[in-house]
Amino acid sequence: MDTMTLEQRKKIHPHKYSLWIAMGSITMMFIGFTSAYIVKRSQANWLAFELPHIFWISTAVILTSSLTIHLALKQFKERNMQRYKQLITLTAVLGVVFAACQWIGFSQLKSAGLPLNGPVSASFIYVIVGVHMLHVLGGVVALLVMFGRAYRTRVRTYSPVPIEVAATYWHFVDVLWIYLLIFLSIAR
Amino acid sequence: MSNEATLHSQQEVMHGAHDHHDHEHHHEDSFISKYVFSMDHKMIAKQFLITGIVWAIIGAFFSVLFRLQLGFPDATFPWLESILGHWAKGGRISAEAYYALVTMHGTILVFFVLTAGLSGTFSNLLIPLQVGARDMASPFMNCLSYWFFFLASLVMMASLFVQTGPASGGWTMYPPLSALGDASIGSKIGVDLWLTSMALFVVSQLLGGLNYISTLLNMRTKGMAMTKMPLTIWSFFFTAVLGVLSFPVLLSGFILLLMDRHAGTSFYLSDIFIAGKALANEGGSAILYQHLFWFLGHPEVYIIILPAMGMVSEVLAVSSRKPIFGYLAMIGSLFAICILAFLVWAHHMFVTGLNPFLGAFFVLLTLLIAVPSAIKVFNWITTIWKGNINFTPASLFSIGFVSTFISGGLTGIWLGNSSIDIHLHDTMFVIAHFHIVMGVSAFFGMFAGIYHWFPKMYGRFMNNTIGYIHFWVTMIGAYLIFWPMHYEGMAGMPRRYYDVSGWASFKQFGGLNEFITIVVILVFAVQLLFVFNFFYSIFKGRKMTNQNPWNATTLEWTTPIHAGHGNWPGEIPEVYRWAYDYSKDGRDFIPQTEPIGPNESAH
Repeated sequence: MDTMTLEQRKKIHPHKYSLWIAMGSITMMFIGFTSAYIVKRSQANWLAFELPHIFWISTAVILTSSLTIHLALKQFKERNMQRYKQLITLTAVLGVVFAACQWIGFSQLKSAGLPLNGPVSASFIYVIVGVHMLHVLGGVVALLVMFGRAYRTRVRTYSPVPIEVAATYWHFVDVLWIYLLIFLSIAR
Repeated sequence: MSNEATLHSQQEVMHGAHDHHDHEHHHEDSFISKYVFSMDHKMIAKQFLITGIVWAIIGAFFSVLFRLQLGFPDATFPWLESILGHWAKGGRISAEAYYALVTMHGTILVFFVLTAGLSGTFSNLLIPLQVGARDMASPFMNCLSYWFFFLASLVMMASLFVQTGPASGGWTMYPPLSALGDASIGSKIGVDLWLTSMALFVVSQLLGGLNYISTLLNMRTKGMAMTKMPLTIWSFFFTAVLGVLSFPVLLSGFILLLMDRHAGTSFYLSDIFIAGKALANEGGSAILYQHLFWFLGHPEVYIIILPAMGMVSEVLAVSSRKPIFGYLAMIGSLFAICILAFLVWAHHMFVTGLNPFLGAFFVLLTLLIAVPSAIKVFNWITTIWKGNINFTPASLFSIGFVSTFISGGLTGIWLGNSSIDIHLHDTMFVIAHFHIVMGVSAFFGMFAGIYHWFPKMYGRFMNNTIGYIHFWVTMIGAYLIFWPMHYEGMAGMPRRYYDVSGWASFKQFGGLNEFITIVVILVFAVQLLFVFNFFYSIFKGRKMTNQNPWNATTLEWTTPIHAGHGNWPGEIPEVYRWAYDYSKDGRDFIPQTEPIGPNESAH
């Protein structure tokens, strides 16, 4: 049994393993932010307000993009490279749309009289959502690299590891957003 | 996840380095890819070490400068003006320069030397060599890790030369002082550069940490079960886990601080007056920063000391020709320290108005750390007890480590009690405590590591005579410097003060402070001697003729004297036994690669 699990574990590609640790690390960063949020909320002068409604649209967008990258991975493994390229492009576009929605959310907050340098509760939204947005855009950059690789003609890649790593990361920022949305909706 | 595919790519990773090695005879690496943007973990380790040494010289020199001010507050040293310019007009360090020196001394030593220089060097060097891997899980990320550290170094170095000087609010960078550029000259662009540099540093640590963990969990050679790993690897493992989990939280705190500085937010600021003018910031909490900072800050001290502990365990077993005493207890205590490290941060904040009821829990958890620490000390002493000790410089530094860890650890019990801490907080007692237990001890661990693994790094030995001089002067000097500080602290002498001679109660320490400063200069000179020995020995040291000079059991000594990228020319050796079979069955040592004999029982 013991050797079985050992063998099993060795099958995880080291890069995937590193990704899981990195995701733990990113999670700790957001735990830092959200704990700071909780500490601050329990103190005086905490201003509660509604989140911008566009955040629900952006949630739908990022959920869709998780689906498209999942399909892209499937197409890659079946070597349907044309569909694969289309799907990762779609995913990257959805990522940019997500970031744009968050940006619109910021301007809605601002026009509601809650600018970045306003009440602390609003500043937290900007920082937490903003840092998450940067992580999504990081994923977009990774997809662009993937895209470039798919168009290379001289070297062909058959290893699904890079796209698997990218897909896992993409699902991670998706889940992270859902957690943040629930957290920010409940802990107001 | 398709197993076929992952297995295939696993082989790619494992054999990539191997192929490279086989072809080494055909193409020589260019200078750039061999020495500069190297992907070989051994070269990256050397890069971390040498960068760390450069920083250590700068950081230690800063301490000499501010000790001159503390020891001789009324004297003038004209040569100071020629190196510091207007920061030392008339040969006396200005108050601003003094705070900048103190701040930079702390930042450089804690982060750049004892974090990057210590675990960066030895995790990189030893993890692949001791677990039997060709290289790290991702050599490219490993290379990036060093270059992010290098960038962080450049930015920090640049901050020393800007007109308003480097950050000078203390290495902890507490707001509001650090958040408001108008608050002091040392809170201007110096703090922005400091925060930028530290953000790059955090990235470097995370890239390194990810690699260390996934390498030692996934790429161990055949037979190298976790319980057969040397204690060095266990300590690097826990160090990396601490770093990966705590550095991101520090980054969160820094991001909020940057927003407060430049975006007008009020995370840490509230009700502040500067030069009689009220600021608009409302509703922030400066204590929030301290929580975020010390959530990293406390694990950070274990990030510094755990690698030293691991290397000392290894060196003590090798040099006393005895198996390490209580191998599993050593791992258990490392694990306990690792868990407790996350639960004690508020003991740095007893005097911030923390709820005393909450404080009681932090006292309890803090004092609990004494238990695993005592287990480790007991095991080290029992390991060398009645051993046939070779007093090499490495083993002397290891024994010195145990000594300073005990004497510095005991004062930790004082400071961990919230009621005593009210009196001792921010006094020289704290300085004495943490310099002995984490400064000197970590340096001793690092020196032990350097003397012990220098032959592995460069194929030559360091000079022993200079090594002995280095050890004895440093050992005696460290106690002479820091022991008297306990008395100053108990009398209430505050840390970080520019000049305490104005107080009648601290004036009595005038002579003592002069004495400390003179010893500091002597000890600094001997460290330069060590640096000379290090660089001289790289080129002119006695050549290594035996692959295994210390008769050690571990895998790194089965590689050729000048191992290429890929470490072993042929197959990676298989491991059959734990790393501490010394003086077993009438044999001096049995390498890990030797199968267990028919009449022999495994450990």
